[in-house]
Amino acid sequence: MRQTSCRALIAAALCACLSLAALAAVEVEQLSTPELQARYEVLIEEMRCPKCQNQNLAGSDSPVAGDLRREIRRLLEEGFTDREISDYMVARYGDFVLYRPPLQRNTLALWLAPGVFAAIGLVVLIVIVARSRSGSGARQDDASGELSEDERRRLRQLLGEDENGGKRQDD
Amino acid sequence: MARLKLFLPLIIFAALALLFWRGLSLNPQDMPSALLNKPVPQFSLPQLAESGKEKTMQRGDLPAKSLLLNVWATWCIACRVEHPFLNKLAEEGVPIVGINLKDDGAEAQKWLEKFHNPYLFSIADKEGRLALDLGVFGAPETFLVDAEGVIRCKHVGVVDDRIWQTKLQPLYQKLQQQPWDEFAGELSDSLLARCR
Repeated sequence: MRQTSCRALIAAALCACLSLAALAAVEVEQLSTPELQARYEVLIEEMRCPKCQNQNLAGSDSPVAGDLRREIRRLLEEGFTDREISDYMVARYGDFVLYRPPLQRNTLALWLAPGVFAAIGLVVLIVIVARSRSGSGARQDDASGELSEDERRRLRQLLGEDENGGKRQDD
Repeated sequence: MARLKLFLPLIIFAALALLFWRGLSLNPQDMPSALLNKPVPQFSLPQLAESGKEKTMQRGDLPAKSLLLNVWATWCIACRVEHPFLNKLAEEGVPIVGINLKDDGAEAQKWLEKFHNPYLFSIADKEGRLALDLGVFGAPETFLVDAEGVIRCKHVGVVDDRIWQTKLQPLYQKLQQQPWDEFAGELSDSLLARCR
């Protein structure tokens, strides 16, 4: 009995350690309302940490990410809209901070390229399907069609039959 | 037409190779400053000084001449590397204003006493508010500011002899002679691109 409770204690302690590690980048501070908290969580998911290239603000524990999270919390509590907050960050750190880049001249290719490639793929697919349909159709016609007189004569020659139906071997 | 089809894979290969070749020379760390050609943001922060003697500094307190704005901290190891070069620049008469980022005031002053103080003054940005407004994401970072208080060039990382001579000094010298608008058009694109 004593041993099992001891084991349970150790297991609990280990679990606690693991979950602490997982929560390293999450602040203890909560926003005043659940709505603000929900918006906060979306914002820090969609914003990129300027220091650590491939992490968002939610996932980074670099000091600047902490500062930016604190700033977002402050702006949310002061009643800024999501749009105003992202403008605020872009004014300081450029479009770089947004994981969802705005549609503008220098991001046009980024936004349009997937559509263009999908369209090209679709056109190629349609052409291939259309061609193979008409192509195989023609072959079927050929196969089921009657032989012409020329073709019959050639076939007989190849099979070694002479003109009047007898076999040359018999001579 | 059939010939062209034969070469299609080669053409696609060549196009992709070109694309990836170009990608090799792009810098993913390149993060153009959003503050370029914008005025230094407003601030109201104490000067780094002995307690009781801190004067509150504002944007208007920056001297009206071209100067360097240097973000530094005692916790920043690269700043220690950069420091001797800043001392040299200060000796040559380049005005440098420090932004002491999220640092302990006493420690920072000790550092300046020990390694010499190249700054006209340092602004104690304990919470990193000014740094955030400047789009700073680490230290050291250095801004070249013109006499009107507009940011004209930014360097992330240590300023050394090479960076100074190739990037900051050409602009600094021109800014001392004439306002930015009079020579900006003549600057090479590569220099402007490096200044972001």
